[in-house]
Amino acid sequence: MARIIVVTSGKGGVGKTTSSAAISMGLALRGHKTAIIDFDVGLRNLDLIMGCERRVVYDLVNVINGEATLNQALIKDKRCENLFILPASQTRDKDALSIEGVGKILEDLAKDYEYIVCDSPAGIERGATLAMYFADDAFVVTNPEVSSVRDSDRMLGILSSKSRRAENGEDPIKEYLLLTRYNPERVELGEMLSVEDVQEILSLQLLGIVPESKSILTASNSGMPVILDEESDAGQAYSDIVARYLGEDRPQRFIKKEKKGLLKKLFGGKS
Amino acid sequence: MSGAYQPKTALEFKSTSITVPALLLASNDLSTIEECLREKIAQGAEFFRESPVLIDLHRVNAAELEVDVAGLVSLLFDLNLVPISLRGGTETQNAAAVVLGLSLQAVSPSTRRAPAAVQEKVESVVKTTAEAPAEKRGEAVLKPANKLITQPVRSGQRVYSHGDLTVTATVSAGAEIMAEGNIHVYGSLRGRALAGVQGDSNCRIFCMDMQAELVSIAGIYQLRDDIPKELQHKSTQVSLDEQMLVIKEL
Repeated sequence: MARIIVVTSGKGGVGKTTSSAAISMGLALRGHKTAIIDFDVGLRNLDLIMGCERRVVYDLVNVINGEATLNQALIKDKRCENLFILPASQTRDKDALSIEGVGKILEDLAKDYEYIVCDSPAGIERGATLAMYFADDAFVVTNPEVSSVRDSDRMLGILSSKSRRAENGEDPIKEYLLLTRYNPERVELGEMLSVEDVQEILSLQLLGIVPESKSILTASNSGMPVILDEESDAGQAYSDIVARYLGEDRPQRFIKKEKKGLLKKLFGGKS
Repeated sequence: MSGAYQPKTALEFKSTSITVPALLLASNDLSTIEECLREKIAQGAEFFRESPVLIDLHRVNAAELEVDVAGLVSLLFDLNLVPISLRGGTETQNAAAVVLGLSLQAVSPSTRRAPAAVQEKVESVVKTTAEAPAEKRGEAVLKPANKLITQPVRSGQRVYSHGDLTVTATVSAGAEIMAEGNIHVYGSLRGRALAGVQGDSNCRIFCMDMQAELVSIAGIYQLRDDIPKELQHKSTQVSLDEQMLVIKEL
């Protein structure tokens, strides 16, 4: 039985697609058959971040409407045979989605896949609510910034009341905090909210902290999930996150400012 | 030569009229009402989007059914309707409506108003009605029960209690907690707290960490800006004394 994970936030531009791509690649690399679905109908980005934008023939809406089968629409990742991508439609909009359609797709995927990652669009409208309706786990992506924290809080309220688990009175969705674009230097200066500040408002289990990193832009430009950039701090942060999710005990890194050694100060370290 | 043109007065009132559909309720059962409304809205989507609505309670009151005004108003907002006014309500229903920002409409001559105690047939003039299945008619609202919330109340969530309300977690900014009785928050109160919403001015609000956006007792409210800075983050109690809110440290 597959575990359905929704990567959501409420606020836009915090790192949902970046995180979805990195985490699903991480799970697949560890041998788990993983599918990742882009729910941002009309504004699809996942295919770009995954580097498969030139291989999109059919999409999520085609499958829901019966115009294509799931197997025709799923794109196999060239780097990892365990990872499959179901892109969103670019020409339609979110009204093309339906609960029954999405439910059927997830049911079919659950037969063969261990993890299904749902990349939610921003907002609390149909795309976002459908992405989280069937979820078992929720990764709430938050920037250490006041509007992002409030929007994540709102999303948590919706997760606890409008999901299928909530409606059926089952065990609630397991919620995790993913704190992205964290800058320890600014936190120390008091300019940025710290992990503790965010937790005071959200009180969630901390899955991991992803530092603000130049490697993210490089990765999206090359259509490569950042977890594949093993030397980068962000890539390593996502590795830690996947490990923690799977039950390993990894201490939180990237909370404190990295102390640069003399050589790094002279020649500039890789950020 | 001075700069901008200075008008003599800042504003003026002009008589105007708008047509507003009246929602005549025959049932007090919110889930039935929701079902019927969704059906009606599905049939005439554009007409109902953000439509102002006049709530008419004549029939339910004639049938002596109790109405959860706050729950009804919340339901209408959730369905993208905008309740602006109440008609044919009892004193308590009217008070509840006023607290929620609705105005009260005088009776229109075409519908004969029945005092709550008298059984009288009310003519329904407007076509929109919520019909209750026969077996649900006469169902009364649950007796006031004190509510206990142990999970954080998240931004955007609303909690309503017919009795007292106790929260043993945080109430986030942007959340609303309402009670017909007292409110106790054993945690940080960052959202809005409204006690005594049906008009009980003896109700109080207690919290361990006062950061509320708004506190209100029986409709009298105070914003965070007006709550003295010394009381922020302290354990406080809010009470009503002669129509004025009194906020003291516990």
